[in-house]
Amino acid sequence: MAKNDLIGGALWEHYSDKVSDRMNNPRFMGEITEEEAAVKGVKLIIADYGADSCGDAVRLYWMVDPETEIIIDSKYKSFGCGTAIASSDVTAELCIGRTVDEAVKITNIDVEKALRDTPDTPAVPPQKMHCSVMAYDVIKKAASLYKQVDMSVFEDEEIVCECARVSLSTIKDVIKLNDLRTIEEITQYTKAGAFCKSCIKPGGHEERKFYLVDILRDTRAEIEREKLNFSEERKNFAEMTLIQKHKMVDKVMTESILPILHADGGSVEIVDMKEVDGYTDVYISYKGACAGCAASRTGTYEVIAVTLRNKVDNSIRVNIL
Amino acid sequence: MERVYLDNNATTLVDPLVKEAMDPFFTKMYGNPNSLHSFGTEVHPYMKLALDRLYDGINADDEDDIIITSCASEGNNTVIKSLYFDSVINGKKPQMITSLIEHPAVSEVYMFLEKLGVEVKWLPVNKEGIVDPDELRKAIDPDKTALVSLIWANNETGLINPVKEYGEICRENGVKLHLDGVQAIGKIPVDMQEIQADYMTFSGHKFHGPKGIGGLYIRKGVSVIPLIHGGEQMAGLRAGTINTAYMIGMGYALALAVKNLDYEATEVRRLRDKLEDAILSIDDVEVIGSRDKRTPNTILASFRGIEGEAFLWDLNQKGIAASTGSACSSESLESNPTFKAMEIGADLAHTGMRFSLSRYTTEEEIDYAVDAIKSTVERLRGISSTINKEYI
Repeated sequence: MAKNDLIGGALWEHYSDKVSDRMNNPRFMGEITEEEAAVKGVKLIIADYGADSCGDAVRLYWMVDPETEIIIDSKYKSFGCGTAIASSDVTAELCIGRTVDEAVKITNIDVEKALRDTPDTPAVPPQKMHCSVMAYDVIKKAASLYKQVDMSVFEDEEIVCECARVSLSTIKDVIKLNDLRTIEEITQYTKAGAFCKSCIKPGGHEERKFYLVDILRDTRAEIEREKLNFSEERKNFAEMTLIQKHKMVDKVMTESILPILHADGGSVEIVDMKEVDGYTDVYISYKGACAGCAASRTGTYEVIAVTLRNKVDNSIRVNIL
Repeated sequence: MERVYLDNNATTLVDPLVKEAMDPFFTKMYGNPNSLHSFGTEVHPYMKLALDRLYDGINADDEDDIIITSCASEGNNTVIKSLYFDSVINGKKPQMITSLIEHPAVSEVYMFLEKLGVEVKWLPVNKEGIVDPDELRKAIDPDKTALVSLIWANNETGLINPVKEYGEICRENGVKLHLDGVQAIGKIPVDMQEIQADYMTFSGHKFHGPKGIGGLYIRKGVSVIPLIHGGEQMAGLRAGTINTAYMIGMGYALALAVKNLDYEATEVRRLRDKLEDAILSIDDVEVIGSRDKRTPNTILASFRGIEGEAFLWDLNQKGIAASTGSACSSESLESNPTFKAMEIGADLAHTGMRFSLSRYTTEEEIDYAVDAIKSTVERLRGISSTINKEYI
């Protein structure tokens, strides 16, 4: 929040002149008929994307030369707001003269850039970026109809944020490399979630397959697991804080010791840990069948002590409370 | 025609008479009315006149209170949070009732209270777009319900709720009723001796008064915990130096609005109906709610195949101001909750357009608007991919 956020109603002030112009005077709006295509001896493709119940729906027409696969003409019809109409208009224009394979490479960002008045000023306000996404989707639909394949073949990676075209792998990498902890940080680093915000969490403008909140949570969990990967870190055990040491001991306890005890109806918990003269004293307390079992101070005790020394660090001493 | 303003449910022009009446209180009689000297006291007769006009305008009893606030949003916050504060002080777990078609100045307060642990019941609307009194009756738990907040006339549809029945139901059950009267005042008669509400809020700028001033009606014997502490103004119920000029302006504006109620019911209604007839002559258009159940100035229509923001854009190019609840027109991309609750056969969340007139709307303006609406529909349906039935 700042000075520029205090007065509302500024939506249209952020539309570029090109957006206004295309809205007021669309150049490529219209239909192409089978007869027109037949006269030219080309293939007519009609692709629909969206529905009026979503607030956005576009129908894209292509005339494709079957010899060269070049789109020789393109028109559209659009149900949507001003930016959706302007985006559709530019989409049709960008398709003309390209081959079908080239057209598939056009993204919503290309469409938005084509609508800019100056290279560095966005053509639409952030929440309107998603209007151009439909343009991209309808191209893929048209290409899939032309090639008679499923639309998914044109997706080479999972896109989480359609507006900024940020992939799942990019977001995960950025979280890991920069140790990101909040959605705001992800947005700062990648622009994902900066526009229509649908990809941040469920319940936004559009339903998404992936949400940033889930990706962040899962990737953070991965980071934590990796941090606990003791084969990497055991040599540094002496330099760890007591909490880090506790996490490692707890992990080995959970993964290697508890299953054995549970099998006999017993259990154990770590009650305390202290650092004394270069040793790490672990205080344990038996539960269930282990409490009062004779072996708990002999065989079972040995198993716990040896396992912790082998799998965590030699400095560990186990004390029963 | 340069511009036509058909967005009077958003705000209205200040009546020039009101503006003139306010003028002396900026540079001549500018004293603080709480001061004992002549600069302060000389304003009192004008403030008393304003209060008389406000009390007369809603037929309040002299034993009732009308607290001067900054707007109806403040009044709504005061009432709802007051009942919450009361529950905190008394250690009770309150339940409150409201509806799905409230203005955000009510609904968002309740959403906030839900986060604080208040149980809120949200009443739906029936197929006529009205909150059915039977739904209210069913929802009330006389032992638990602390407050019922309902809108008198809805801002988007103009539909008038049966507030007299709400009052009777709440009174029978010993439950307090809070009415949001913003869109009722100045459009239909408001009589607080006939309607048994405990609280009622209004805003000056909806009836040709200035923005930034409003009123909170509180029935005799009903208490309120202030939202704004810090002074003895308004009998200690609302601190802050009284905006004398605006209070005086609002009082006069209400008197003029009440005087013009007959004009609203006849001439404004005639022009509204003329516009509505013209809109209905267009194919694939639906108007929400029957005319006799609406405020006389409001039309909410759905034009199939035309997204609301695009419609608004084209009308704006022609100098016409209207309103849409379309998600695409909102800065948060969220569609208006009333539009979602009001789904009565039409896809209002994307195609709903509201036209709201005032006593300043002229026949020529309506004629111009009819032409502009028709040509806009023609152009945008020409672009639309969803209007031709064969494609759906």
